[in-house]
Amino acid sequence: MDLPLIWAGLIAIAVMLYVLLDGFDLGVGMLCHFADDEEERSMMTAAIEPVWDGNETWLVLGGGGLFAAFPLAYAILMPAFYLPVIIMLAALIFRGVAFEFRHKAVRKTTKRFWNGAFAGGSFAAAAMQGLILGAFVQGVTVEGRAYGGGPFDWLTPFSVMTALSVVTGYVLLGSSWLILKTEGATQEGARKWARRALLGATLAMAAVSLATLSIDPRVTERWGVSMTAIDFAKFIKVAPVPIVTAALIAWLWRDIVMKPEKSPDWRPYLLSAGVFLTGYLGLAVSLFPYNVPFAKTIWETAARDNALGLMLVGAAVMLPVILIYTGYVYSLFWGKVKPGDGYHG
Amino acid sequence: MELDALILSRLQFAFVVAFHIMFPAFTIGLASFLAVCEALWLKTKRDVFLKLYLHWVKIFALAFAMGVVSGVVMSYQFGTNWSVFSDKAGSVIGPLLGYEVLTAFFLEATFLGVMLFGWKRVGPRLHFIATCAVAIGTTISAFWILSANSWMQTPAGYAIDAEGKFYATDWLEVIFNPSFPSRFVHMMLAAYITTAAVVMAAGAVQVLRDRVTQPTRYQMRMAAGTLALLMPLQIWAGHWSGEVAHHHQPAKIAAMEGWWETADKQGTILFGIPDEEAETTRLKLEIPNTSDYLFAGGDELRGLKDFPKEDRPPVFITFWAFRIMVGAGLGLLAIGWWGLWLWRKDRIQSPGLFHWLAVPGGALGFIAVISGWVTAEVGRQPYTVYGALRTEDSVAPVVVGQVGASLLIFMIVYAIVFTAGVVYMGRIATRGFDDQPAGPPEKERRAPGSPLGSVDEPAETAEDEA
Repeated sequence: MDLPLIWAGLIAIAVMLYVLLDGFDLGVGMLCHFADDEEERSMMTAAIEPVWDGNETWLVLGGGGLFAAFPLAYAILMPAFYLPVIIMLAALIFRGVAFEFRHKAVRKTTKRFWNGAFAGGSFAAAAMQGLILGAFVQGVTVEGRAYGGGPFDWLTPFSVMTALSVVTGYVLLGSSWLILKTEGATQEGARKWARRALLGATLAMAAVSLATLSIDPRVTERWGVSMTAIDFAKFIKVAPVPIVTAALIAWLWRDIVMKPEKSPDWRPYLLSAGVFLTGYLGLAVSLFPYNVPFAKTIWETAARDNALGLMLVGAAVMLPVILIYTGYVYSLFWGKVKPGDGYHG
Repeated sequence: MELDALILSRLQFAFVVAFHIMFPAFTIGLASFLAVCEALWLKTKRDVFLKLYLHWVKIFALAFAMGVVSGVVMSYQFGTNWSVFSDKAGSVIGPLLGYEVLTAFFLEATFLGVMLFGWKRVGPRLHFIATCAVAIGTTISAFWILSANSWMQTPAGYAIDAEGKFYATDWLEVIFNPSFPSRFVHMMLAAYITTAAVVMAAGAVQVLRDRVTQPTRYQMRMAAGTLALLMPLQIWAGHWSGEVAHHHQPAKIAAMEGWWETADKQGTILFGIPDEEAETTRLKLEIPNTSDYLFAGGDELRGLKDFPKEDRPPVFITFWAFRIMVGAGLGLLAIGWWGLWLWRKDRIQSPGLFHWLAVPGGALGFIAVISGWVTAEVGRQPYTVYGALRTEDSVAPVVVGQVGASLLIFMIVYAIVFTAGVVYMGRIATRGFDDQPAGPPEKERRAPGSPLGSVDEPAETAEDEA
């Protein structure tokens, strides 16, 4: 059994679930900045409050899983992304406690501070995740068994572009989650933001996709596409990824721009998630089998087989259980949020 | 340069982990307290237990959120600042942390949603199951993290390959390493005791403010009973932990006790100032030849001079952190027994000296937990994996400016979050059970059929706005 390959797949799924689930939390968090009043803001947070904690746990599984399954990759990547990781963690702290703290404050200044911390923390966390993604895709300098680059290698025009994609993409996920969970004026506002975010995310993702092709010859080789020529024999094998992405974006466009009245409320979120999924697959196609692009592969960085095996037993038993009770809790809170749903401990 | 990044990384880890541990220590105990309250409510149908539950669950939500966000930080610290340790020990420590995420974190985080928001959506029994799931999750989490940390204290069941990387040869020996059972018991008891002390302190404030209602009396009795019962057990568990360290980490014991010379019998130093340069403990107040009572078996007790200087832990910190922990523990024992006596005399609800002391006593559990962890972790130095991997060989190749910046960020963020959290929790905890929220009710607060509807109240009151 190729345990490193299985674990690469499991961690990729964990990170993907994090992006799809906490992505809408962070998107709603950013949108809270534009809420009309405190009541609308509370409706918006009520749409994510029962589930955000579980959603963020996928990030812990992503980080903890990387440590456990690919300690060398973890040991190289974390110092490489030191500052954005630290700022992301600080941002997640602010947005996490602000869920509770904004209800505890009645003084205008403190309430405004925690509302700002909630939206700002959500934005900063999304932006840092985007910068980290860009820095990851563009490749990491490695010396021996350690990071060998400078403290600001993660900041490039490319990583700024990926940050833009992630931020707009999360706003898209967040606004389509609100279309599902809210009604009336809040839902209308969410539709407006979904339109803007879809436009922004489409442009940013397209730009990132094109730039990725010229980032490393191995990526160009994989896709068979360069700035000047297309090798159709190669491209045809991976072509379904961009084609499906384009189709999903077109469908989403119809659902939230052209005929929103004909779209069931659950569909925009599902389609947005689909766009993320295909974009993510595209990255996987570009980078496989590197988990420290383009220096170390999943096999070079993996933990011992007996460690991977032990964890696989745990994951095989626990992941289905986790998915079942997570699904149960989501179904428990299914339906539109109503005033008074919010817990204001 | 290297040394500076090392020291800053150590400071940063100490800071973020000390900040973090307060919240799990409190929420492990509080989750169990809530489960007990809800069970008693379901069994007896008495309103007082539901009131206690609804009161403390608000504080639980705050503390849990702070524990989660500071815990996410921890899962990245190993990589950002201790990447060489991660690379070398990842194949042993990693799976333990992986199991913690899989078996505990998801359980806690997911069912917390039901616990806080599910009253309207599930029946009381299912809600109780959610509370239990959270309480069990916190315990499982403590199991794995104590196992991982204990392995770093007393590594077992491993070998080291040609590249210097650790790997497991026997997982059961790794998980149930020599110091794990005693340290797990010690930490779980510490969590229950810490929570009981906070519950007692909150009750004492209500007594002093003349806000006593039935739930106040109940929570103080429950806290007094818990402290009185568990503190003696805790002293035994601490002693057990010391016995294990005596066998596996004799340098740590020598530093904790301030022993420099090796001897068959050692004294108990109540007070002293260890001087690492002169290799002696100054100004010591010592009860001689008491070691027979501490460590059975009569084997030779090694002093610090028996270890090369570069293998000794920092003595002053280890020595004093240990004494602070013991002192705080004795204070908690006193609060428990005194409280029990007042309960018997039916005076636990009448203000007195006890209540004035019990209020600051609410901090003693946290003081004991932090100083106990300082004893354990500083006493493990100069190693990350005791006897096998040195701290200076574990640090990440990050430049000093980065670590300085991140430490500053964490200090500012945690100062803001901690201050606000403590203020908000304190306001809720010390408020009487029959106090109406002083803020103007903006809308109908009670949602139909929802006991939690009454929870919708701000922590700050109108007075604070003035």
